[in-house]
Amino acid sequence: MDTQLDLWEVFVQGKSGGQFMHAGSVHASDKEMALKYARDLYTRRNEGSAIWVVLSNNIVSSAPEDAEMFFDPANDKIYRHPTFYTMPEGALQI
Amino acid sequence: MKLAELETNFERKIQAEEKIEPRDTMPEAYRLHLIRQISQHAHSEVIGMQPEGNWVSRAPSLRAKQILLAKIQDEGGHGLYLYSAAETLGISRDEMIRQLHEGKAKYSNIFNYPTLTWADIGAIGWLVDGAAIVNQVALQRTSFGPYSRAMFRICKEESFHQRQGYEIMATMMKGTAEQKEMAQDAMNRWWWPSLMMFGPHDGDSPHSGDAFKWKIKRKSNDELRQKFIDKTVQQAYVIGLAIPDPLLKWNEEKQGYDHGPIDWSEFKRVISGNGPCNRQRMEHHKHWHEEGRWVREAAEAYKTRISTLN
Amino acid sequence: MNMELKEALQKFLLRLGDNALIQGQRLCEWCSRAPMLEEDIALSNLALDHIGRAQVLLDYAGQTYGAAKSADELAFRRSERQYYNFLMAEMPIGNFAYTIAKQLYLSAYEELLYEVLSQSTDTNLSAISLKAIKEARYHFSHAADWCVRLGLGTPESHDKLADAINELWAYTDEFFEMSDCDLLLLQHGIAPDQEVIKKHWLDKIGKVFMRAGFTMPSEVYQHHGSRQGIHTEHLGHLLCEMQFLQRAHPEASW
Repeated sequence: MDTQLDLWEVFVQGKSGGQFMHAGSVHASDKEMALKYARDLYTRRNEGSAIWVVLSNNIVSSAPEDAEMFFDPANDKIYRHPTFYTMPEGALQI
Repeated sequence: MKLAELETNFERKIQAEEKIEPRDTMPEAYRLHLIRQISQHAHSEVIGMQPEGNWVSRAPSLRAKQILLAKIQDEGGHGLYLYSAAETLGISRDEMIRQLHEGKAKYSNIFNYPTLTWADIGAIGWLVDGAAIVNQVALQRTSFGPYSRAMFRICKEESFHQRQGYEIMATMMKGTAEQKEMAQDAMNRWWWPSLMMFGPHDGDSPHSGDAFKWKIKRKSNDELRQKFIDKTVQQAYVIGLAIPDPLLKWNEEKQGYDHGPIDWSEFKRVISGNGPCNRQRMEHHKHWHEEGRWVREAAEAYKTRISTLN
Repeated sequence: MNMELKEALQKFLLRLGDNALIQGQRLCEWCSRAPMLEEDIALSNLALDHIGRAQVLLDYAGQTYGAAKSADELAFRRSERQYYNFLMAEMPIGNFAYTIAKQLYLSAYEELLYEVLSQSTDTNLSAISLKAIKEARYHFSHAADWCVRLGLGTPESHDKLADAINELWAYTDEFFEMSDCDLLLLQHGIAPDQEVIKKHWLDKIGKVFMRAGFTMPSEVYQHHGSRQGIHTEHLGHLLCEMQFLQRAHPEASW
């Protein structure tokens, strides 16, 4: 029996103030190791200013078969977008 | 939804050029095909570290040493991206490594050739990575999401690899008589194996049918090989290297080069285990995997220990 | 700068540069051999930091010669007796625990050393040191993490690391030797008082050992020699391999 340690997901923030984006995964046995391996693997070319790591098992994901019920109902709510509204002629930019 | 309906959904997505994601329902044969292809790709990156690693300690300048090590490190990283992509299909890295050690999973044949001189490092970067890139650029459009994403990242990072190899060759071709000889010798030894990297001719390629249907594979072996030859021949001429193929000729009509016959008996011999370094590469991987076992066990034991403390 | 001071600076820079170079060369040996693919990449990063640092330091050292020498000339054309790296740096990589113990001792020292050097009156050296501190801090953290993991992991990992820690202890006192060159540079505010670094170093190492379940090694005979360019037999073989192409084709450029 061998082990390649636990699977972690890595999120990297490119610049401070920016979003954390999923970069990929690493294997590691503890959080310090996961963080260092994430740094060594995903920020070799200056891609990062901060990193999150989370055990893959702790991620909860929506199911593909639920996609329609989850996301389609938002399709027709066009009033949530600013382009839905007509602006009176001559009004300044809102 | 019923199973039959989901398969139709799979086919609809493939038709519409939408990516298949790990949790989508997919035909079992698609899943197995991907596992075989992605794990082979991952193993190739990892085994490929050995022939180049053979020269890190002997790199001729501090600059060359850093470039080579950074490049090999990238190969390791690319192996990791690909292992992760395969893991999303429900196979563990453990299992993939076991399949490699048992000979059930393959890696690219090219890494069964030895790196005999420093020029071989140039040839690997320029020819082998050059061939790999042609293949990988095409794979960015592959239908499985995680594989496609890994390919985008890999192609972005690999863009310096081929340049560094070509730079080594160009520098040596401007150097002493011995350096030129080394460079041409490396060219002579690596040219044909590089062409073989694209696999058998389209008519003889056993797995291509399904791979095309599922849009895992987007370009044929011969198309990709042609692309590689056409861009590489010119680069060779610019630095004064000869191509070791007396039948190589520009074909005005197809706007590409015709090349001499590839020795597929050599390809078969190497792939069946009788290349110069097959045994050495496998032994190295197995040996160091075993050597690392106590470290991995210690890390696991430490994890258990701290989790009981918390 | 007078001749004596210039020579002292040159020797000191060679010591720093050679330590970086020889450690880097040793770390390269882990390529494709680490316990995990992730660790392979981590060790390559350490190696790259060291070789990059060697290049900068040897380049600066080269400027202190009458006829300036390049970093590559210094790295690839000197012989054993002209190298000033610590004996510890040239020791073989051994098993993973042995490398971790080497890294722990050396990176703890380097972190402290470059902190002081960042205040050096030599502005070139202080600029180089500001970058080196960050690297060394990470290298130390990497080594310390592994010490704790191996120390508290399995009985096998504990014993392997204990052996390495004890065996390598005999090469630690050499870090802190104050040669004439060190004394002269100290007077000019260029290089640090190694005795002060030693106190902090013992404290730093002691803390890691405490977390990892080790006691400080008992006093053993301490090997010295590198300040005079006297090395172990290991260095000759390392240089032989590293310098092969430059020596075999002296007129070629790469």
